[in-house]
Amino acid sequence: MSPRAGASERVVTLPKSYDEINEKIRTGEVVVVTAEEMVGVVGELGPERAAKKVDVVTTGTFGPMCSSGAFLNIGHSTPRMKITNAWLNDVPACAGLAAVDLYIGATEPAAGDPLNREHPGEFSYGGAHVIEDLIAGKDIHLRADAYGTDCYPRRELDTWINLRDLNEAYMLNPRNAYQNYNVAVNQFADRDIYTYMGVVKRDLGSANYCSAGQLSPLLNDPYYRTVGIGTRIFLGGAQGYVYWQGTQHDPTTPRNERGVPTGGAGTLGTVGDLKEMDPRYIVGVSFYGYGVSLAVGLGTAIPVLDAEMARFTGVSDADITAPVIDYSRNYAHNEGEPLAHVSYAALKTGSIELEGKTVPTTPLSSYVRAREIAQTLKGWVQVGEFLLTEPVQPLPSADSGEGFKALNYRPVGEEECE
Amino acid sequence: MAESRVVLHFPKSLLDQPVTSMAIERFNLRFNILRADITADQEGLMVLGLVGEPEKIEGAIAWMREQGVRVQPLEQDVVRDDERCTDCGACIVVCPTAALAMDTDSREVSFNAEECVACGICVPVCPPRAMSITF
Ligand code: SF4
Ligand code: SF4
Repeated sequence: MSPRAGASERVVTLPKSYDEINEKIRTGEVVVVTAEEMVGVVGELGPERAAKKVDVVTTGTFGPMCSSGAFLNIGHSTPRMKITNAWLNDVPACAGLAAVDLYIGATEPAAGDPLNREHPGEFSYGGAHVIEDLIAGKDIHLRADAYGTDCYPRRELDTWINLRDLNEAYMLNPRNAYQNYNVAVNQFADRDIYTYMGVVKRDLGSANYCSAGQLSPLLNDPYYRTVGIGTRIFLGGAQGYVYWQGTQHDPTTPRNERGVPTGGAGTLGTVGDLKEMDPRYIVGVSFYGYGVSLAVGLGTAIPVLDAEMARFTGVSDADITAPVIDYSRNYAHNEGEPLAHVSYAALKTGSIELEGKTVPTTPLSSYVRAREIAQTLKGWVQVGEFLLTEPVQPLPSADSGEGFKALNYRPVGEEECE
Repeated sequence: MAESRVVLHFPKSLLDQPVTSMAIERFNLRFNILRADITADQEGLMVLGLVGEPEKIEGAIAWMREQGVRVQPLEQDVVRDDERCTDCGACIVVCPTAALAMDTDSREVSFNAEECVACGICVPVCPPRAMSITF
């Protein structure tokens, strides 16, 4: 019996192929559940039967992802201009590209922002907000200057731009979807500290965490079997793609018996069309005393090819642990050991026990919106609007030997001849 | 008799001084402590309902200001833009009352205006800036 005939008779043979699953998506026969729902399915049926029953598991995450930004081609003015410096709503954009290509980085603060001169700074507006405003269809004030050339004589530009009038406008995020992350605590400072993990209260007064846990894309495919270069994803409300492993991709992080990394590990480089995005899933955010960041909504649709993928996608918050790291000293200085490893199930109860203390927990990543993304993506797959893609090239995995290197500091002026 | 609600911000140097009880005694007031907390940068924060003659309350506030306490009358109101709120939860550990709280099942963050003492701490802490002060 060919697999295709088997599928139509609902007798499923494993492993399933991408083609078979896509065929089911086209005919509307596909069975899709979210990663949250899959916990129960695998718990009840076991991985083998769950793999026969479920074809696709959707994931979601919505949290601050600093390593984000967008490329914009603004079109040529008359006379033409090769932009040297550019500001979008007073936020500097990188113009070190061809004449009218700009890259706006999410964490770039507005020019003249008081930053942390009066600590903690508020960081009310920056690149992330420009990106959100563009997606929301708002006009953006572009100011630019240039040194002028024979072919590009224009020296100054002051104009309104709008997303609909731009040529290409795409988000390009060098690092999104961190597979697991630290829990931040403040053990040593005699005051609250202001970090990219939010306000971390003194005397172990809070434990701040940032992962969708069991709904998180890479925690449901811990060895990146089905996500790689070319994988179609949900990105900011649009269909985007994985273009590379993310920066700081660290697949050789230690893993537990389920293969789940016990700390920050894999990451994704992602790309998607700004013109198709929804400001509900791309939100400019300000971290008090730290800076600007972009909350990005991202989701994947994982093919349940076999029992192993069913077991992976059945991962629950109790199976995933995160390291508790002191951010008042140890994180900044790369020293010390985690205080503990705690499960997301424990973090989600609202408090954890640390050093004999009950410490309230606070998330930074919205589980409500992560769930909404997984549900939305489930709907897209069910109605045939989202087909699965086999990776063109896999990402480096646990066996790659690739790790995350610290800077090799070589003080200038103290060179040793080689 | 009147009750005035005030937020007192104590600088670090006054933290171990009994400024509040001295003010209460001097001006013959009664008081309800609605909330007390040590906040950011070790500033002390106390939300107090002062009960007594209106002039006496005024006097107590003026006297506390002279001692270096920042006194903020609770005429302001803090509101949340529910559209802007992403239910991230970054605010829940900084809110000194349980006005901002997360439902452990639905993971939604609720804002209960009744519990809110309008201290304003959540305003710059909320990453998408969903919280704001209105006067
Ligand atoms: S920090 Fe702001 S966005 Fe996040 S839950 Fe609180 S009010 Fe909502
Ligand atoms: S102003 Fe904000 S932090 Fe203060 S009590 Fe109200 S909700 Fe809580």
